[in-house]
Amino acid sequence: MVRAIPGAAGIGLRHPHDLALAREPAGTPLTTPWVEVHSENFLCDGGPRLAVLAAVRERYPVSCHGVGLSLGSAEGLDAAHLKRLRHLFDWVKPGLVSEHLSWSVTGGVYLNDLLPLPYTDDCAAVLARNISHAQDALGRQILVENPSRYLSFRESRMPEAAFLARLVEDTGCGLLLDVNNVYVSCVNTGGSAEDYLREVPADAVGEIHLAGHTIDGAGDTRVLIDTHSTHVCDEVWALYRAVIGRLGARPTLIEWDRDLPEIGVLLDEAARAARIMAEAA
Amino acid sequence: MLAGLQRAFQDAVLGEADGTLAEHVTAPGLAARIAVYRNTVQGSLGEVIAAAFPVTRRIVGDAFFSALARRFAAGHPPRLPQLSAYGADFPDLLAEEAALHRLPYLADVARLEWARGESYFAAEAPALTPGVLIETSPEALDALKLRLHPATRLVRSPYPIHRIWQVNQPEVEDVPAVDMSVAENVVLTRREGRVALRLTSAGDAALVAAIAEGEGLGDAAARALAEDAAFDLESALRDHLIAGTFRN
Repeated sequence: MVRAIPGAAGIGLRHPHDLALAREPAGTPLTTPWVEVHSENFLCDGGPRLAVLAAVRERYPVSCHGVGLSLGSAEGLDAAHLKRLRHLFDWVKPGLVSEHLSWSVTGGVYLNDLLPLPYTDDCAAVLARNISHAQDALGRQILVENPSRYLSFRESRMPEAAFLARLVEDTGCGLLLDVNNVYVSCVNTGGSAEDYLREVPADAVGEIHLAGHTIDGAGDTRVLIDTHSTHVCDEVWALYRAVIGRLGARPTLIEWDRDLPEIGVLLDEAARAARIMAEAA
Repeated sequence: MLAGLQRAFQDAVLGEADGTLAEHVTAPGLAARIAVYRNTVQGSLGEVIAAAFPVTRRIVGDAFFSALARRFAAGHPPRLPQLSAYGADFPDLLAEEAALHRLPYLADVARLEWARGESYFAAEAPALTPGVLIETSPEALDALKLRLHPATRLVRSPYPIHRIWQVNQPEVEDVPAVDMSVAENVVLTRREGRVALRLTSAGDAALVAAIAEGEGLGDAAARALAEDAAFDLESALRDHLIAGTFRN
């Protein structure tokens, strides 16, 4: 059964919190309205990781967030990887499936990072082809997430929000709007986060991500790094409030990957997002 | 055009020089910005290797391990995005590393760690039940072909890899002296989600290796006896049934 992802605030399912959720007795209240997992972490043949996800998906709506498809690869997508993802999704039956506006594969080598793309016509054509290929192979719509960026390319001819709008129009994909990434990218590469959020096609946004970043260096070398290692900052909360005011409630996820605190800290962040959604209603 | 940019990016983040990538990029503090990506790519792959080989890392120390892992990442980047499968070739790098020639056992310890990870992520399957052996007539036992459970691994070494692995667990503060002249064989199995490492005799290791190659039980037992005249098939099979070495 597919459990739809509600317009509420969930958390990323990380170890060891996954064990706590997996062991909850049937019939007890849910700890969080929904959870998100990284698809590539579950492409193993068996073992405890899959067993934990099997238990969690019995009770919780699950969203599958990919980090390895490399939608921006000039060489196209890896058909074998798409097949493995299809196999996983047929089992998990996720309420949402998402990937990134980035690339990580060239020459068949996987670089394990969400690398930036130039926003050109040439690149838009590659993305449109790859997103359509993915949606066909997976038999469903995917949401495409804006990345955090540390640099821009001279070749770029349009702002990221306009580039995303074009992909939505060309492929029918949805968007995963990461508000922290918008803030980090705008600070790092110049640009107004407020303008960006106004230009994003509102109807296409199927999910929102919130996370914390760290600040590295100073002066010319000052750069915000999207570490997912801390609380969502005040500037990002303010942007989120503005986005929700415009879009209404959307499935919102608290992402925290490094220096993972007690689950209660994540649930407090999610509760803050839930309050903002309630106040906007 | 995009393909060329991506090749330049790959060269810059797997290597140490920005190269032609710098011509494509606008950013204040340009070199520092490319370095953010380089650090993430090399650092995150190094962390994947460190997580897969904790004992190896403890033996050589964090700094040396980190340098090795980065070199491995640059020379052998992953070909698959599921990183649980990344690092299979790392023990071979250790075997070839000149600076490690005083630790000749290290590559086999790393192979044991890799086998442990493979066992952890292997497919589920029902373990062999005693009934299969009991119901097979004594004449048919010789020809019986047992199958290894998908989570079973065998690691054989001329070094005491099991002992080295044990004394380098996080809870052991003072590592005792280990007699390096002892050869050890380890059978790894997974029961109820936990990987178990079991030290076993040379005869039993020969038995498991023969079964893995598809030999019938009679021929496999003969190979075990050739390795170890004291090999006792009945007691070895009893241990394997308890451990879940074979599948139904």
